[in-house]
Amino acid sequence: MSEKIRKGSVFGVNGNMVTVNFDEHVMQNEVAYIIVGNERLKAEVIRVRGKNAELQLFEDSVGVKIGMPVEFTANLLSVDLGPGLLGSVVDGLQNPLYPLAEKFGFFLKRGAYMDVLNYENEWEFTPGVKAGIKVRSGDMLGTVPENMFKHRIMVPFNLSDEYTVASVAAKGKYKIKDEIAVIKDAAGKEHRVTMVQMWPIKVPIKAYAQKLKPVDPLITKIRIIDTLVPVCVGGTFCTPGPFGAGKTVLQHLLSRHAEVDVVVIAACGERAGEVVELLEEFPELIDPRTQRSLMERTIIICNTSSMPVAARESSVYTAVTLAEYYRQMGLNVLLLADSTSRWAQAMREMSGRLEEIPGEEAFPAYLESRIASFYERAGLVQLRDGTIGSVTIGGTVSPAGGNFEEPVTQATLKVVGAFHGLSRDRANARKYPSIDPLESWSKYTSFIEDDKVNLGRDILRRSSDVERMMKVIGEEGTSMDEFVDYLKGEFFDDVYLQQNAFDKIDEATTVERQKYVLERIESVLDKKFDFEKKDEARGFFQRLRQDFITWNAMAIDSEEFKAKEQDIKQRIG
Amino acid sequence: MKKVYSDIIQIAGDVITVEAEDVGYREIAEVRTAHGTSLAQVIRLEGKRVSLQVLSGSRGVSTNDKIRFLRRPLQVSCSDNLLGRVFTGSGQPRDNGPDLTDNMIDLGGPSVNPAKRVIPKNMIRTGIPMIDIFNSLVESQKLPIFSVAGEPYNELLARIAMQAEVDMIILGGMGLKYDDYLFFRDTLEEHGALSHSILFIHTASDPTVECLFVPDMCLAVAEKFALQGKKVLVLLTDMTNFADSLKEIAITMEQIPSNRGYPGDLYSQLAARYEKAVDFRGAGSITILAVTTMPGDDVTHPVPDNTGYITEGQFYLRGGHIEPFGSLSRLKQQVNGKTRSDHRAIMDRMIQLFADYREALEKRSMGFEMSSWDNKLLEYGRRFETELMALSVNIPLEKALDRGWQILSDIFDSTEIGMKESLVKEYWPAKVGSAE
Repeated sequence: MSEKIRKGSVFGVNGNMVTVNFDEHVMQNEVAYIIVGNERLKAEVIRVRGKNAELQLFEDSVGVKIGMPVEFTANLLSVDLGPGLLGSVVDGLQNPLYPLAEKFGFFLKRGAYMDVLNYENEWEFTPGVKAGIKVRSGDMLGTVPENMFKHRIMVPFNLSDEYTVASVAAKGKYKIKDEIAVIKDAAGKEHRVTMVQMWPIKVPIKAYAQKLKPVDPLITKIRIIDTLVPVCVGGTFCTPGPFGAGKTVLQHLLSRHAEVDVVVIAACGERAGEVVELLEEFPELIDPRTQRSLMERTIIICNTSSMPVAARESSVYTAVTLAEYYRQMGLNVLLLADSTSRWAQAMREMSGRLEEIPGEEAFPAYLESRIASFYERAGLVQLRDGTIGSVTIGGTVSPAGGNFEEPVTQATLKVVGAFHGLSRDRANARKYPSIDPLESWSKYTSFIEDDKVNLGRDILRRSSDVERMMKVIGEEGTSMDEFVDYLKGEFFDDVYLQQNAFDKIDEATTVERQKYVLERIESVLDKKFDFEKKDEARGFFQRLRQDFITWNAMAIDSEEFKAKEQDIKQRIG
Repeated sequence: MKKVYSDIIQIAGDVITVEAEDVGYREIAEVRTAHGTSLAQVIRLEGKRVSLQVLSGSRGVSTNDKIRFLRRPLQVSCSDNLLGRVFTGSGQPRDNGPDLTDNMIDLGGPSVNPAKRVIPKNMIRTGIPMIDIFNSLVESQKLPIFSVAGEPYNELLARIAMQAEVDMIILGGMGLKYDDYLFFRDTLEEHGALSHSILFIHTASDPTVECLFVPDMCLAVAEKFALQGKKVLVLLTDMTNFADSLKEIAITMEQIPSNRGYPGDLYSQLAARYEKAVDFRGAGSITILAVTTMPGDDVTHPVPDNTGYITEGQFYLRGGHIEPFGSLSRLKQQVNGKTRSDHRAIMDRMIQLFADYREALEKRSMGFEMSSWDNKLLEYGRRFETELMALSVNIPLEKALDRGWQILSDIFDSTEIGMKESLVKEYWPAKVGSAE
């Protein structure tokens, strides 16, 4: 750390790629600053050739000149980890946006970096260990309360050996940079531990006992997901879809309703307006499980499309590192990345500037391995003290032209556990969520019994077959049974798989309600009807659909809910 | 001391390379040729080699021409003096007015801190039911009109501009036909709107590089006025020409193309412009409406495709009307809950029925038997097309909603349409002359 600053000078500028002549040595991926007058612009070394290092600049390169000085820091691109991260809104390099706005006004000032953690705040520390015991990286030394959680203060993750606790601070108020413990390594060397530590974002945190297989469903309260294409706690899923299919709305719903402890949202290269919605809504929304504002369990990383491209690439890594940090406290964390395609495009832009040999659609050859290693950071883990924590990762993909055959979608599909493919046809017909129930798949198990899920799927498949058939031979060419199957499928889709995101009740369906309503619906899907005419059948299902849609908007414990249920029972007969 | 360089070592496309020192990235230089003076912008630095794109093109540039670096990025004058004026893509007057040099501001400034944005909440009424009911336009929205050559997109753009309640209109024309430029200017003049409009026009016959700066000029000026509290509407036509200019320069610079020859940063380039649309916390706003023509009517073409991922929805203009399918205003939910209690329900249900109508049409064209339901749908579709969808319809939102209920009740039974009962009770028109 104390080594003297190594220097270099700018030799070339091409967009956000700066070539630097260095004097001594450089380290791959170390952070460097380009000094433009009184601005210090952050950059990362991404390639070294001879005495030239190529740096990706996290800022606009306007005004950078040949010969300008560069300082290398010997640090990998890192984030600060400590109490006070929950509720923060930061850019891809973890600069807090609200303090920046307060200091610099409407625009993001180039070269302005701020700390996300408050070094003056005091936290109530409760020691969790005594002097003399043996600890390793990630082990808890004590806790401080952060919102509704006990935030664990841990042995720094970068200490690799076994240590002995020499001393622990007494219960009381401390600032995050205050010493709260001293630990000794085998050689007797002492290490001071504070509440804050740094961690390089591109390296997974591995301070746990073992990684487990995800089994428990993660309850999203979105019926089509929970029932047909479930997600697991500690699992991964992806949501590819063309523009306008509702990817972001779906992610917002997940971030609000999913039953997890902490949600990390990475708005990566997407619209700023969508983030603003989160920023304004979340502090107002109450989490039904904790009765506290949703913002208190949320971290928003926001590197929107007009913000510097290189920081977009780092934003997903910043997000997953923060998610892993809270996982280390035995919490279940959901990371939502919107959109991973923008991250891939950022890699493509950089690869193009480096003049690397392009792969498919000019994406770099390492695209697949980068995507795979990102999703591999999800998982269910058992910590050394036996508690379980998890990171679940859901990424949206924005395939060019809405075509799932493109490289980012394909590379993602290989590594995720569930695929929620959004369809433009469904979106155009206003069928939301527009997850295609037949194309999508999940390797995880739902909390709904298999035979029920299969019944639903069968009906959907038959219905779609009949629909296709009708396009060729017409309605009159189908038998009454086939036609009723078609109507049943449409009915199941309309009243169960579709959900009205703008209705207070219908937007989130609890496990109990899903089971309850599905029971009623399956009694329709199972039933053999005798209709004389097709118009009669159509009319029956139209009315039934109307009943169910009205029913879906009623609170489950209300009188009107029970009354409507009676109507429905009568109608089914 | 501004040094003058005169050893151009390379001229390729509209990009010239010169050996020079102490030059900043994206700095502006003046190139003096036998045919006049042009601005040029630095687009790559490599040791002593400085590459510049020449705004008026490289035709007639000689290897011994003089280049003077101006020590600043590209700028545009911004004051009330701009109102009612017409400029080129490099900011020179296109009308007969004086050259403006007061209060120069940089182009392409930093992006807005998301923490300084607010959720947009004001609807911009257009009098076009396909927009007002089905895809409400919202202040600070960025919305493209996807269309193909031959469609009346410029007319639509002009009509929305005339009817929208905004403080200022800034028009950016890229690769515009001269006739279209005159059409815009005359329309603004006829409606008395020219006095609060500013035009930056690049016509099809102007140099390619100038086209690149039209959106930046428009948006830099718009941003200044918005910060002063003005509601600014920026109209851009046609962004596909802008993207093609980007492509031309990228290819000249031997960049590796990503998709159909377009540079890998097309998304970021488009986003940098569109994201200027903003509703400032405690100041004005910028709304962007941009025409994007789709080559071959193909929405998966890189330009419309990337645009769609950036903008907050899109209008498809096809066959002379705004297509109900595919057209989308992502921000409509911010405003259509506050207009009238039936707005959302009418919006959803009428579109679903219209989708069913299209299916019925298909069925009929295949020669299949029509059920009584199909016949109702056909009647519904016909009335929807003539009474709501035609661009000639010009009625306020409330009238349009009433018209929607009228069409529904004339054709369907109230139990057939799948609407919440409470709404049916409130809005279902009484059958005239049927009961008594």
